[in-house]
Amino acid sequence: MKYTGSVIKYGDNVDTDVIIPARYLNTSDHKELASHCMEDLDKTFVSRVKQGDIITAGQNFGCGSSREHAPIAIKASGVSLVIAKSFARIFYRNAINIGLAIVECPAAAEEISEGDTVEADLDNGIIRNITTGKEYKTAPFPDFVQKIIENGGLMQAIVNEAF
Amino acid sequence: MGMTMSQKILAAHAGLDSVKAGQLIEANLDMVLGNDITSPVAINVFNDGNASSVFDNSKIALVMDHFTPNKDIKAAEQCAQTRRFADKYDIKNFFDVGQMGIEHALLPEKGLVGPGTLCIGADSHTCTYGALGAFSTGVGSTDMAAGMISGKAWFKVPSAIKFVLTGKPAPFISGKDIILHIIGKIGVDGALYRSMEFFGDGLQYLNIDDRLCIANMAIEAGAKNGIFPVDDITREYIKDRFKGEPKEYFADDDAQYDEEYVIDLSSLRPTVAFPHLPENARTVDEIGETEVKIDQAVIGSCTNGRISDLRAAAEILKGKKVAKGVRCIIIPGTQNVYLQAMHEGLFDIFIEAGAVVSTPTCGPCLGGHMGILAKGERAVATTNRNFVGRMGHPESEVYLASPATAAASAVTGRITSPWEVMGK
Repeated sequence: MKYTGSVIKYGDNVDTDVIIPARYLNTSDHKELASHCMEDLDKTFVSRVKQGDIITAGQNFGCGSSREHAPIAIKASGVSLVIAKSFARIFYRNAINIGLAIVECPAAAEEISEGDTVEADLDNGIIRNITTGKEYKTAPFPDFVQKIIENGGLMQAIVNEAF
Repeated sequence: MGMTMSQKILAAHAGLDSVKAGQLIEANLDMVLGNDITSPVAINVFNDGNASSVFDNSKIALVMDHFTPNKDIKAAEQCAQTRRFADKYDIKNFFDVGQMGIEHALLPEKGLVGPGTLCIGADSHTCTYGALGAFSTGVGSTDMAAGMISGKAWFKVPSAIKFVLTGKPAPFISGKDIILHIIGKIGVDGALYRSMEFFGDGLQYLNIDDRLCIANMAIEAGAKNGIFPVDDITREYIKDRFKGEPKEYFADDDAQYDEEYVIDLSSLRPTVAFPHLPENARTVDEIGETEVKIDQAVIGSCTNGRISDLRAAAEILKGKKVAKGVRCIIIPGTQNVYLQAMHEGLFDIFIEAGAVVSTPTCGPCLGGHMGILAKGERAVATTNRNFVGRMGHPESEVYLASPATAAASAVTGRITSPWEVMGK
């Protein structure tokens, strides 16, 4: 699967409380969650994020609460891919389970700048910064992860008998 | 090659003689947990999956604790959706207002988790039950839904870090000071994806409430789980309580650990985590002359809402007054803790000191309700996270501390060591 988008860049330890503050967890509506995504970290995110955009971040992205609302809010806001130096483990699992593509690539996360255009081919483990021309290698997604993401999430993959 | 405690529990539930770090396994679950925030998402996924039954209606626990008693209409709808699901599938361990407590205080107390249990919960602090020698970890709502349907989950077998706790802690040094000290040392991703396993002669000085508090915050170091070996303190706690068959798993002598830390408990001092990460730990002495004035003190949560926690707070507050300008909110973790504290006369102490006592709820810990902070306000709290906006306005601040330190701070109006207030 290939993703192309413009980059929105954040730092280390972006926690699930800033991705979607708990005061909005009284709903599980995806659009409503997306309308508050990143609110306590970056008030401009919701107005500037475009369909297909890519988030890059530092260490331990998604730390804190197990709320699946966090990857749901990111996905529903239009983000196609999150590239980070590392992810917190519950967030990592949740993102795949709901069909949000994520990949660990410390060099790409470090060097790619805000606003760069990036193309990622995760089946083959290649991230290309189109703006600078630089290319990065990552571990390709295992087949079962590809299937989950292609089907839009674990449960949908099970229903579609793809898993 | 030997196995850690965590690996042995995973192997046993996967029907394997042995497992090693990094191996992917599918294991049978003894308990699947959700709350009023994560269950509705899981129920939607359950329905999207066209599921028509649960794997075992006695091995699922649904606890209405986060935004309850319902804080608004939307929260009420989420509880109503979960209540309908519990009714439809005859979920035996559905805990609504009147029976509920904060989930991680409630499940151990009700004997739904114990030595050798394998539990997943759609709440990150599910790692709490490692205090009883269980393997227990937080997951999201999709994993919860899959667990409710199949009774199984896949795991990547974690490697582990060994923490050897030695010596006897000083008075008023509790599990909270120990875990804040450890997170301060290894950082918020210091145990990422790994188990934190606790050993040492110092364990004899840690009661179950201290251990539950320590295991509870393993996630704040990024860990998959935290776990204690079963001993007489555990056995005494689960006696006449645990509904399952206790199974004790001990680490092999040749079990491999990525790292080992020795922590001398006798050297620990009252410790506070400054905003906005639990790793920003400082001892109260290190705060120095700069006063950290507070507007609110919260004593409760799945980390510190148990009877020992309330007793520690009462010992400090007895005969004293909460400082002018400070709001002190005390939240017993469960109905039983509430009753016990009431019978022991702790509520008289709290109310005479000028504190309020709430019904059990997660409430303020996650900025839900029952004590939200305004812009620029500061709270000292016995909760587990001090992220930006965690307890309210994004420009408010949370300082994490033990119940004794929070109570001492409530009395002086600034972050204060219990030793100072008690004249040690």
